[in-house]
Amino acid sequence: MTRSTTPTASQDVSARQGEPVWRRRHLLDVEELSPEEITCVLDTAEGFKEVSTRSVKKVPALRGKVVVNLFFEESTRTRMSFTLAASRVSADLLDFSAKASSLSKGETLRDTARNIEAMGVDIIVIRHPAAGAPHYLTRCVDCSVINAGDGQHAHPTQALLDVFTIRQVRGSLEGLRVAIVGDIAHSRVARSNLWALKKLGAEVILVGPPTLVPKEFEALGATVSHDFDEVLGQVDVINMLRVQMERISSSVFPSIEEYSRLFGLTTERLARARPDVLVMHPGPINRGVELASEVADGPHSTILQQVSNGLAIRMAVLFLVNQAAASES
Amino acid sequence: MTLPGRFKQREARPAVFARQNGALPERGLVLAQRRGGGYAASVWAGAVAVKTILDERGMAETLAGLADQIAASVPRDGRLAVVGIRNRGEVLGDRLIRLLEDRGFDPIDRGVLDITLYRDDLAEKGPDAVVRSTEIDFDLNDCTLVLVDDVLWTGRSARAALDALVDLGRPQAVRLAVLVDRPGRELPIQADFVGVRTQHADQHVNVMVAETDGQDRVEVG
Repeated sequence: MTRSTTPTASQDVSARQGEPVWRRRHLLDVEELSPEEITCVLDTAEGFKEVSTRSVKKVPALRGKVVVNLFFEESTRTRMSFTLAASRVSADLLDFSAKASSLSKGETLRDTARNIEAMGVDIIVIRHPAAGAPHYLTRCVDCSVINAGDGQHAHPTQALLDVFTIRQVRGSLEGLRVAIVGDIAHSRVARSNLWALKKLGAEVILVGPPTLVPKEFEALGATVSHDFDEVLGQVDVINMLRVQMERISSSVFPSIEEYSRLFGLTTERLARARPDVLVMHPGPINRGVELASEVADGPHSTILQQVSNGLAIRMAVLFLVNQAAASES
Repeated sequence: MTLPGRFKQREARPAVFARQNGALPERGLVLAQRRGGGYAASVWAGAVAVKTILDERGMAETLAGLADQIAASVPRDGRLAVVGIRNRGEVLGDRLIRLLEDRGFDPIDRGVLDITLYRDDLAEKGPDAVVRSTEIDFDLNDCTLVLVDDVLWTGRSARAALDALVDLGRPQAVRLAVLVDRPGRELPIQADFVGVRTQHADQHVNVMVAETDGQDRVEVG
């Protein structure tokens, strides 16, 4: 039998006695979150992980609430993850797809959102190609807004699930060195990860060709490197960004072969990394481009763990913004 | 003003609090914090009559008595699981497991239930609701499950716990064991095993356990 005393027992008491950490109705960006708020999301997600392992994969926390997926940009996994997360906390879900909408008939974002809100919606999950669209939305509507990716700006739930995954394996992020490799300049995943990692005490090295990793990023508190091999042996985590194929033809991007040779994570490269290194990827993977198949499916890879953790993080975020909204109404 | 943490009242509720506040101001009820719709009341020690009903030895004897009741009642030929409701039910559940092992039950499955997501006052609690994990890594189906909590009062925690259990499996039977039974039920729920009973619905019960509060003690006041 198991009779281990849980390490969280004493934390529970202190958490209950203090003022609540999370009071935000919206989740727009990791940049604005305090380390305590990030930790609160991760701790809450810890409680939601178990829900996905039961026979009845559902809790009644958001029963009677309505969540809308408002996606103006293609997405499969983030959208599915939010859909599943909403159903696991018992919220009702409306799925809005830009293509099939009146947007193609010229309706503005503001009008679309206000019309949807008029139907009695509690939380809008928005993905939009324009940076700042979710922030703008919070000024148009009264309901909660969760940013599921805006332009090249932020993708907070991806960053939260990434740090959650690292914490799950390594216990803490304090003092860890994390390399983010790829098209940093155009990546909202990289930006949000940078904030989350730094706030939790990790050191961040951004790796890629100079055209995709400008030195300006050092102003945000990261180290910039254009030599993957040099960084390889120094890091605890390697987060490989997806090569966005639509950029391949542009002048800032080297050819696929050249990129893959210099910045792809191959088995040969992995052999020179630390033996306990974690290999992460936000998906979907271009096998053989940024990540070799053997590495993606190998023992260092946390890719599938990230996907299932994403569900717990999104359940936690839906729960937290809803609780914060409940106290304001 | 800072008050000693151990005098923080648990389960303080507006109606009860208002009653006390009206009746006892000069006698030292000094602080009521409104926080996210909930109330936390603290009592200044000595001024208001806080009475210890169980000390360390009393608590040990009461738990032993609870274990005797459970041992006499649950079948010995089936699987037994003890599941504590966070937070203090977890600690008490662990102690009951040891006592039940001494009484010949072995192995006993151990579990911890976090009922936050099943509470019926989630909206009122707002940001004060803290979610922790539920740890039940054994098969609930067909076992006899003893649910453990520190205080049974309104019955709402027990209701939430029962709903949570239904989502986890189908025990052969669920029994409720509580250290303190306080009058004031708001739902048709009763405990199967009771350590001690208090007399007045508006008398707060404060359970302290060494593991999280530094000492074993039950106070009313």
